[in-house]
Amino acid sequence: MAETSTWRTKVGLAEMLRGGVIMDVTTTEQAKIAEDAGAVAVMALERVPADIRKEGGVARMADLRIIEEIMEAVTIPVMAKARIGHFAEAQVLEAIGVDFIDESEVLTPADEKFHIDKHAFKVPFVCGCTDLAEALRRIGEGAAMIRTKGEAGSGNIVEATRHMRAVQTAIKHLTGLREDELMTEAKNMGAPYDLVREVAQTGKLPVPNFAAGGIATPADAALMMQLGAESVFVGSGIFKSEDPPARAKAIVHATTYYEDPVEVANATRGLKGAAMQGLDVRSMADEERLATRGW
Amino acid sequence: MSKIVGVLALQGDFKEHIEALNEVEGVEARPVKTKEQIAQCDALVIPGGESTTIGKLMERFGLDEPIREMAAQGKPIWGTCAGMIVLAKEIVESDQWRLGLMDITVERNAFGRQVDSFETDLDVKGIDEPVHAIFIRAPYVREVCEECGVDVLATFEDKIVLCRQGNLLASAFHPELTDDRRIQEYFLSMIEE
Repeated sequence: MAETSTWRTKVGLAEMLRGGVIMDVTTTEQAKIAEDAGAVAVMALERVPADIRKEGGVARMADLRIIEEIMEAVTIPVMAKARIGHFAEAQVLEAIGVDFIDESEVLTPADEKFHIDKHAFKVPFVCGCTDLAEALRRIGEGAAMIRTKGEAGSGNIVEATRHMRAVQTAIKHLTGLREDELMTEAKNMGAPYDLVREVAQTGKLPVPNFAAGGIATPADAALMMQLGAESVFVGSGIFKSEDPPARAKAIVHATTYYEDPVEVANATRGLKGAAMQGLDVRSMADEERLATRGW
Repeated sequence: MSKIVGVLALQGDFKEHIEALNEVEGVEARPVKTKEQIAQCDALVIPGGESTTIGKLMERFGLDEPIREMAAQGKPIWGTCAGMIVLAKEIVESDQWRLGLMDITVERNAFGRQVDSFETDLDVKGIDEPVHAIFIRAPYVREVCEECGVDVLATFEDKIVLCRQGNLLASAFHPELTDDRRIQEYFLSMIEE
C-alpha cells in the first residue's frame, strides 16, 4: 500500500530544506542554539572542520553517542557525515536513523577510487562538488542533494564562490548546445549522458543545489543565495565565532531575505562579536585543501 | 482577472507550490515574504519545510498579523506539512510558535524519521479517483474539533491527513510534489465561495 524511501521522498526532503541554513553542531547545547536561531537542520559532528584542520589525524564518522544525543535534543532533521567511499559508516548512520548523510570530503576519504552507491540506501545523501560534472556523477550515484565543497573550515568564501559559479556557468553552457552535441559533451565532461541531457533541457540540476564551505557572515550567505544556492550550510562559521547565537540568527535572517540589502544590513547589525578567524586559501598547500578530495 | 495566490517564501518548498499553482488556469501564484506582498493576495499557501523555522521567521518578521487578517477576511489559507503544523491550535508535546488558526491537534514527525517517509494513494472526500500522496517526515492530525466545523477530508491508516475548517485547509502530504492538480483546484475553488 505505502512505499517508503522513494526517490521522490529523498529529493522531497532536500526541497523542504530550501531557503534555510544547516548548521554544524558538536553538542546538544549547540544543536538547541541552532534550532532556536531557526536552522532547518543540523549536521552532528565530533569536531567542526576548522578543528579537524588544526588537529589533523584521520577524521572519521562522529561518535554515535553525540549524534544520538543531538537527535534526541532537537525536532529538526539531523544530518551526519560519512567518509567518502565508506559505505559501512553510512550503513551505521542509516541504522541509527539520521535523516540525511553527507558523504563528505571534510572527513578523511576511505576509498580513493569509488564513492558510495547511494541508491542502495533508504536514507538520502548530500555530496559536495567543485563543478557540474562532479555534481552529475554524484547524482548518478544517487545523491538527492548537491552542495559546493568550498573550502571547509577556512572561513573564506572564495572556493564556494568558484564552485557555485562553475556549476551555474556549465548549466548555462549546456542549455545552449544542440541535441547532437550532448553525447560528446557528456564524454568530455565525464558525466552521465542522461543527466547531461536532462540539465540541457531543464536548465537546472535535478536535485536542490546548496552552498557550503567557508560561509562566515550574513553577507556570505546572501552572496551564495544570489549566485543560485538554494540554502546554505554553515560549518565552523557559527560556533567558531565570538557570539554563536547572534551569528546563527543573523545568518538565518540574511538567507531568508538575501535579495534585500537593507535586510542583510539589519541582520549584520545584530552581530556583537567577531567572525571566525579566516585562512587565505591561496597560501594553502594542495594537500591541505579538502576540496581536492573526491573524484 | 487572475486570482493572486501568495506562497509564503520564508523557507521550504515554495518553488514547487508556485509552479504547481501556476499550472491551473486563472491563477497567478507568487512568492510572498513581506506584509505588503501578503496583503495583495486572494489566497495564501504556507508550504512544507521546517515548522519551527517557518514559525520563528513569521513571528520575528511580524508576518503573523497580515496572515491572521487574511483568515478573518475569509480568504482561503492552505498549509501543507509544516504549514499544517503552523495553522494548528495544538501541537503534541511542543510549545513551538504557531498561528493557531485551526481547531486541530497535530503530532509532528508522526510516521517516524526520514527513512519512514512514503508515498501512497488516498481517497479524498469530494474527489472521485484516489489522489497520490507524498509524505515526508509528515505530521498527522490527532484530533479535530467537529463542533468548530472541522471537516475531515482524508485519512491514512485511520490518521487524519487532510481537513478543512471554513476557509482554512490543511494537508499532511505534498500535492505540490506530484503532477496531479486536483487538490490545488479544490483549494482554489474555495476562493470563489
